[in-house]
Amino acid sequence: MTRDDTADSTSSTIGHLLRDLAPQVLGALTRRHGDFADAEDAVQDALIAAAAQWPNDGIPDNPRGWLYQVATRRLTDHLRSEIARRRREDVVAAESSGDDATTTVDAELDAEQDDTLILLFMCCHPALTPASAISLTLRAVGGLTTAEIANAFLVPEATMAQRISRAKGSIKTSEVAFRLPNEEERAERLSAVLHILYLIFSEGYASSVGPDLQRTDLANEAIRLTRTVHHLLPNVGEVTGLLALMLLTDARRSARTGPNGELIPLDEQDRSLWDQQLIADGGALVSRALSTGSIGPYQLQAAVAALHDEAARVEDTDWPQIFALYGLLERMSDNPMVTLNRAIAAAMVHGPAVGLEYLQPLDADARMSGHYRLDAVRGHLYEMAGDPERAVAHYRAAAERTTSIPERNYLTTKAARLAAEQRKVSAPTASVDMPNA
Amino acid sequence: MRYILMMHAPRATGDYQINSWSPEDFQAHIAFMRQFNRDLVESGEFVGAQGLAAPGEAKLVRAGKGGVPITDGPFAESKEFLAGYWIIEVDSPERAYEIAAKASVAPGPGGVPLYMPIEVRQVMSAPMPADT
Repeated sequence: MTRDDTADSTSSTIGHLLRDLAPQVLGALTRRHGDFADAEDAVQDALIAAAAQWPNDGIPDNPRGWLYQVATRRLTDHLRSEIARRRREDVVAAESSGDDATTTVDAELDAEQDDTLILLFMCCHPALTPASAISLTLRAVGGLTTAEIANAFLVPEATMAQRISRAKGSIKTSEVAFRLPNEEERAERLSAVLHILYLIFSEGYASSVGPDLQRTDLANEAIRLTRTVHHLLPNVGEVTGLLALMLLTDARRSARTGPNGELIPLDEQDRSLWDQQLIADGGALVSRALSTGSIGPYQLQAAVAALHDEAARVEDTDWPQIFALYGLLERMSDNPMVTLNRAIAAAMVHGPAVGLEYLQPLDADARMSGHYRLDAVRGHLYEMAGDPERAVAHYRAAAERTTSIPERNYLTTKAARLAAEQRKVSAPTASVDMPNA
Repeated sequence: MRYILMMHAPRATGDYQINSWSPEDFQAHIAFMRQFNRDLVESGEFVGAQGLAAPGEAKLVRAGKGGVPITDGPFAESKEFLAGYWIIEVDSPERAYEIAAKASVAPGPGGVPLYMPIEVRQVMSAPMPADT
């Protein structure tokens, strides 16, 4: 190991440690001082200070206590300057006890339960737009710096800082209390949390911006956060299902792109590149989730992913089972993407003509008509049906409509390949019809 | 100094008739562009690059009464459209032209250079500290 390797591994150890500690310190500080927004800023400052100092000074004996102390000091400084600014003295008394002896810090940190869940419920509050919730979750619960999040979403750091600060403003205005949501609303709020985690994963898996298909840092972060939730709520089927879905999808990561960053679809992937450990872990989670009783959309999607992952060859895929699972999913959620996937499964089981029939209702669905995926799937099914002319037209239309560069390149190549084959087949007759140039 | 390099594609001929290219030619074009970007990153001159979605849905927008957006378009008849751009940080205009010329010869059908027109414009900056 060279010096640089050692330095790299130290800084990555520190990075992991900071991300794990961030929600604990933030939870404790918010409990103590009451203001989530200010506490969150203070913890962010402490994380940045740690990332700058620890690589040189070494990790302190009590890293969590260190972060809590520094964050408390920042918060106190901030409140003092705020107070000075507003010339309001009545708040001083409430905050003057900021710097306590180190001994009480640990007691305070250990006294409460894990606050990660409360923080997640807060950051994924329905009052926030998904984009705000995602950014805030990554910072407050994920322990990422604003710069890292900005980088992951390809926006300037100032923009991301503003997005996060506005998100915190909305939480303040909505007067979201720092506690677990009560029984009646808990299920709904948990599904909002899972949705945000799912969006973070999807963003990492199929980037909606930029030239690259996947940004693994976000996918990893989503998996880490979902693991945490699963650890805290091991018996909630949908949490287990979501974690399984992520692992089973992530298992195919290195097979999804070619040397030029091009997209490789499931049926053309080199399955020896799939991560068998992730497939085994994900598969075990699905079985466990499905045995809990209440079945939800994430569990069903994970079950589909498991069926794909467990097929050693494309032709071994259990399409009838996948078709049945999409049928269940369609009954459970009104999502046109499910109908689209069900049509593909139908085509694999009953032939392309049936698949095309299943697509028809989507033309009347405003969310889907004119969407590139509908054209892409039609292209695929017409290709299966041996109608290259229609297939090429749909692939081209899809390529025109997609806003993802890798998708566009993939669809354009698909159309080009089919068109070239067609030219080869029809070349002899075509030359007869050619006018004499 | 910063420059923007704008890649214009003639529209009437349909995006350089990319639809009629062979898959191999198309792949070669993509590989060229990726390498072009990597080279810019490696030379420390890359600031940003974006490819734009097809202009089929492009609109011109003006504010109407009360600031309500009034959209116009898409304009199927326009001769060319902006397909994408790069922003680079270079030491001289000559270097910007050199880079633009490299993008211009991206390969087309049969590996023949396309000689695309690349519009090169300097990006304005804040005044230097000495000037203010």
